[in-house]
Amino acid sequence: MKTFVCIKYVPDTSEAEVKVNPDGVTVDSSRFSFDINDADNYAVEESVLIKEDKGGEVTVVSIGPKQSDVMIRMAMAKGCDKALRVEDERIADHDPLMVARVLAGAIKGQEFDLVFTGCWADDDGHMSTGVALAEYLGVNHASMVKKVEILDGKVKAHRELEGGLMEVVELELPAVLTIQTGINEPRYAPIRGIRQAQKKELNVAGLDDLGIDPAEVGSDASQVIVENLYIPEVESTAEFIEGEPEEKAEKLASILVKGGLV
Amino acid sequence: MGNILVVAEHRQGVLRDISFEMMAIAPKIAEQMGGEVIVLLIGSGMDEMAKKMSEYGVKVMVIDDPLFEYFNAEKYQKILSALIDDLKPAVLMTGQTAQGVDFMPALAVEKKLPLVAEAIDLNYEDSTLKATRQIYSGKVNATVAFKPADTYLVTIRESAVEAPEPSASGSVEKLDSPLKEDISYRKFVEYIEAEVGDVDITQSDILVSVGRGLKEDKNLPVIEELAQAIKADISGSRAATDAGWIPHDRQVGTSGKTVKPKLYVAMGISGAFQHLAGMKGAKTIVAINKDPEAPIFAVADYAIVDDMFKVVPALTEKLKGLKG
Ligand SMILES: Cc1cc2nc3c(=O)[nH]c(=O)nc-3n(C[C@H](O)[C@H](O)[C@H](O)COP(=O)(O)OP(=O)(O)OC[C@H]3O[C@@H](n4cnc5c(N)ncnc54)[C@H](O)[C@@H]3O)c2cc1C
Ligand SMILES: Nc1ncnc2c1ncn2[C@@H]1O[C@H](COP(=O)(O)O)[C@@H](O)[C@H]1O
Repeated sequence: MKTFVCIKYVPDTSEAEVKVNPDGVTVDSSRFSFDINDADNYAVEESVLIKEDKGGEVTVVSIGPKQSDVMIRMAMAKGCDKALRVEDERIADHDPLMVARVLAGAIKGQEFDLVFTGCWADDDGHMSTGVALAEYLGVNHASMVKKVEILDGKVKAHRELEGGLMEVVELELPAVLTIQTGINEPRYAPIRGIRQAQKKELNVAGLDDLGIDPAEVGSDASQVIVENLYIPEVESTAEFIEGEPEEKAEKLASILVKGGLV
Repeated sequence: MGNILVVAEHRQGVLRDISFEMMAIAPKIAEQMGGEVIVLLIGSGMDEMAKKMSEYGVKVMVIDDPLFEYFNAEKYQKILSALIDDLKPAVLMTGQTAQGVDFMPALAVEKKLPLVAEAIDLNYEDSTLKATRQIYSGKVNATVAFKPADTYLVTIRESAVEAPEPSASGSVEKLDSPLKEDISYRKFVEYIEAEVGDVDITQSDILVSVGRGLKEDKNLPVIEELAQAIKADISGSRAATDAGWIPHDRQVGTSGKTVKPKLYVAMGISGAFQHLAGMKGAKTIVAINKDPEAPIFAVADYAIVDDMFKVVPALTEKLKGLKG
């Protein structure tokens, strides 16, 4: 099996205050900590599990800044064999169709059985890149995959639908699968793997190196424009309970008991 | 003319809520663009569903053929590719669902048309179609404008708007399928129903629910003690079930269960819309989160901004005391 796995370096904003820059179209990310996108972490694990089972090779592809090399090395420490990082300011990365076009350009011309992406990026969450990538590559796809079974020349993919219902489909290889979280248990990188990863091949390329016409993936090619970003007003009608933790607990307990809620 | 072609969604013989929710958005855009709403239904045995959609005063077009008994992304793409050429809709709209995300991006690439995924609102003003969508798990809204194109592709978030009541009678028309033969690259095998566990959380009166804020499963006893004290069942966010801290059948949200308990206590859950969609119908909601900006507070009745590990043990003690 030859597999490509596309991973994105995303900020963790679950506990952070998010501020829009004065330009109105970008977010101030200076105080965020970045790491691999959640779903992509599962995609990496799935690609390594398949390699361990069937043999073959896994190549990481990521469009992102130099700082994301740490994330890429970590994926290689877990068992991916080599990596390509694409860095080019001209990519209109607000548009998943442009991102997919670049990923396709990075993969095209090479042999592969499977391409994995995450089904959803935690930052701008289009849920579109993987399926668009499949179309650019001209291969089959299945999205929201929560179980992969490799058959002879085919793959059985369990797609997660709403309400936890699974739809099992069978596709001919090669194929792109967009991986949903919870498909496996991502491993921690072993110390030995971390050492080995430093010696693995990590290539960095721009659009020109990949033979991708910047005019096809830049903001002129993108047919959508981010006009402005703003913080939505959270209209909370909640009663905020104040005080020291003990006091808060006490007040809440009495509200619940007096209100007949417990 | 700016017709809005809405691809309605159904599964296992039932129209999905998103199909009705889009009836709150499509007519508005049709009016702004000066066109009409056309609802497209693709499937097998569609009479009932077609009638139901037509009650929104729209024109329903039905492709009814055993070939389309199960959703198949490639078949949908082939049909819609042909219909875009034939009907030249100004907007092609469907849900940002496991179905919509499986074909819309590929269709956009094939037809070289723009796509905005997961809009929560849509407006046509100054000859420009603009969508509102959310980024950073709902912490930031983005207004995205389409550059002029023959057809705009857009998917609508589930539960973003409320479905309107049916308004007027429309019409139903059978459409000849542009796709006549089966496609073999991808085959439907089967549906597998969600697993059933020991507790059915959709029936619980009280749920104490945990998220990634739990940090590790060795912290679970703190939650279990609270649950025991108030005879609650334990549920969780997807982050908590993915991590294996609690069983999958206890997941609340769009890809888990929709719950309506009398009391829902959310601890260390940020309140992503996929989670909110599954629990906002609870009668009383308590949220404990150390981030004052957490979206969960938007649906809460009682809110505590603090470290759950400082509050929850004390809460359990007080409740035990008060309840004697
Ligand atoms: C297709 C799809 C379907 C999905 N379906 C679902 C679904 O059905 N259900 C669901 O829940 N999610 C679903 N999700 C995932 C969803 O988008 C979020 O990623 C998920 O809900 C986040 O879970 P969380 O709130 O536990 O974690 P996070 O978003 O990481 O939030 C953790 C929260 O804990 C708080 N916290 C941390 N430590 C503490 C502490 N000590 N005390 C108090 N608070 C603390 C933080 O401030 C933060 O707000 C789905 C996603 C996709 C793409
Ligand atoms: N910059 C990027 N580099 C590599 N892969 C990406 C990038 N952006 C998106 N992807 C892939 O596309 C998936 C879905 O992203 P999205 O369509 O934005 O939700 C992610 O989980 C990644 O696998």
